[in-house]
Amino acid sequence: MTGEMTSLERVLTTLGHKEPDRVPLFLLVTMHGAKELGMGLQEYFSRGENVAEGQLRLRAKYGHDCLYGILYAALEVEAWGGEVIFRDDGPTNSGEPMIQDVEQIRSLEPPDVATSPVLARTLRAIEILKRDSRDVPIVGAVMSPFSLPVMQLGFEAYLDLVFERPDLFDRLMAVNEELCVAWANAQLAAGATAIGYFDPVSSTTVVTPQAYLETGFKVAQRTIARIKGPTATHFASGLCAGILDDLAQTGTAIVGVSGEEDLAALKRAVAGKLTLLGNLNGITMRRWSADQAEAEVKAAIAAGAPGGGFILADNHGEIPFQVPDDVLHAIAAATRRWGRYPLDWLDA
Amino acid sequence: MAADDRARSFERALLAMDRVGARDTLLVAAEGADTLAVAESVVAPALERIGDDWERGAVSLAQLYMAGRIAEQIVSEVLPQVRPADGERPLLAIAVLEDHHALGKRLVLSALRSSGHAVADYGHGVTVERLVQRCREDGPRVLLISTLMLPAALRVREVVDRLALPGPPPVVIVGGAPFRLDPELWREVGADAAGANSAEAIELVDRFMGGAR
Repeated sequence: MTGEMTSLERVLTTLGHKEPDRVPLFLLVTMHGAKELGMGLQEYFSRGENVAEGQLRLRAKYGHDCLYGILYAALEVEAWGGEVIFRDDGPTNSGEPMIQDVEQIRSLEPPDVATSPVLARTLRAIEILKRDSRDVPIVGAVMSPFSLPVMQLGFEAYLDLVFERPDLFDRLMAVNEELCVAWANAQLAAGATAIGYFDPVSSTTVVTPQAYLETGFKVAQRTIARIKGPTATHFASGLCAGILDDLAQTGTAIVGVSGEEDLAALKRAVAGKLTLLGNLNGITMRRWSADQAEAEVKAAIAAGAPGGGFILADNHGEIPFQVPDDVLHAIAAATRRWGRYPLDWLDA
Repeated sequence: MAADDRARSFERALLAMDRVGARDTLLVAAEGADTLAVAESVVAPALERIGDDWERGAVSLAQLYMAGRIAEQIVSEVLPQVRPADGERPLLAIAVLEDHHALGKRLVLSALRSSGHAVADYGHGVTVERLVQRCREDGPRVLLISTLMLPAALRVREVVDRLALPGPPPVVIVGGAPFRLDPELWREVGADAAGANSAEAIELVDRFMGGAR
C-alpha cells in the first residue's frame, strides 16, 4: 500500500480487520487542550467551543487519528444534578453520591438530554468538531447504565444493590438505559462517528464472568442495540480476557483493553471479531523517555497490530493531564515510524 | 476440625455470600477458644487468600467486597472482643485522599477490623490539610491512604512532607489503582510501602506494627 489514507479511512480499514497504511493512533486526551488554550480546566470545560478548539489544536500538533468529544466521565451525574468536583490538575470527578437512599430509585427519572447545560456543552463541542474537521473520526462517550451507579450511589451501596435488591437494580438499569440511549444518539446526531461505551464494572476485575452474564452483559445487549452507530466498549483499565466471547455478542465493534493484560493473547482471542483499542500504560507514561515511549509503542504494535483490527491508545480511555507533551510527541512519532504496514520489521 | 480447615470452610462460605454458613463456621471455631486466636487462625487467613485470589484474577472485586463486609459483620457478632473500639486514639488510621470512591478503603478496613485491628476511619474525600490535621491530633503509628486517580496519588507527597515535622511521622502505606499500575509510584511520593490488596495491607500493617493491636 503506497497512498496516505485519511484518518477515517485508516480506522474503517482496521475495523474491517484489514491492514490500513499504518496503525491508527487515538490519543485520548481530554484535558491537554486546556494547556493549548492557556486556560484552567474548569474554564476550559465551561464552553463546548473551548473543548472543540482544544481538540483541533491537539490533533494538529500530534497528527493522531481521532477527535475526542468527551468533557469528563462525571457529566451524566452532573446532568442528573449530582455533585461534581473540578480540580486544576486532573479530571472532573463525581462528589458525594446523588442517591443517598436506595428507595429514591423508585421515583428516579432520567434527565432531559435536550435541556441539560453540561450535555449541551458536549454536543456543541461535537457539532463544531464535525463542522471544522474532515475525514477524522469523532469519538463521543457514554457511561454504561451498568457502571454509572458507582457515581450515582457509591461503589459499596451499588454492590449491595446488585446482590441484595434485584428489584431496585432492575429499575435503576431501566432508567439509566433510557438516558444512555438518548445521550449516545444525541452525540451521534451532533456528528460523533462512534460512541465509547465505558463499562468498567463489567470487567472481570469487578464482577465474575457469571455475574457479568446476568447483569452487565444483558444491559449492554439491550442498550447497544438501540444506539444508532458503532460502539467501543471500554473497561477503563479493568480486565476482560475472560468475557471476550460474550462481549462480542453485545454488538460492540471495539474493546478498550488494560495494560495489565497480554495484548497478543487478546488479539488471538478476538481476531476477526472485535478491534482492540489500547493498551499503553497511562500512569507510567508520565515518566517515559522518548526511547521508552518508542519501545512501548513497538511492543504494542508487535502484539496487537498484525492483520489490522487494532488501534493504538492508552489503557484507560483518558491520558492523565500530567503526561508531558514530549511523551505524546514521542508516541506519535514512534507510531508513524513503526506502525506503517506491512510490518516488515517484525520478521527481521 | 483443624484451624486451616475451618479457615477454608469460612473462605468458601464468604465467597458464596453464605452468611449463615460463615457464621456457623465461626461459632463452632469460637467454642471454648481464645477469640483473638480464632480471628488470627480462621478469619485472617481466609481474607488473605481471598485478597490474593483477587490479585490473581480468580476472585472478583464484588466477591472481595461482599466477603469483607460479611466477615466484618460476623466477627462483630460472634467475636465481639476481637473488635476493639476505634475511637480511642487507635494506632492505625485510614483515609481516601481527595476522592469520594471509598470501596478500596472499605475493603482494607473490613479486613483489618476482622483481623482484630482497631482503625480510625478518617473518611473519604479528605483533603491534604484535613488528613495532616487529623494525624497530628491522633498520632497514629501507621496511616493507610487510598487513592483512585493519579492527581490524588501524587498529593501523597505533600501529606508525607507535612507529616515529617514535627516528628515522629506515621508509617505511610498507600494503595489504589495508580500505585498498582505504576509499581514505582509509592517511592516517588515518599510512602513507606504500597499494598496491592487488603491481604497485603494486613501483612504490611503487621510488619510495621510488630504485632501491636
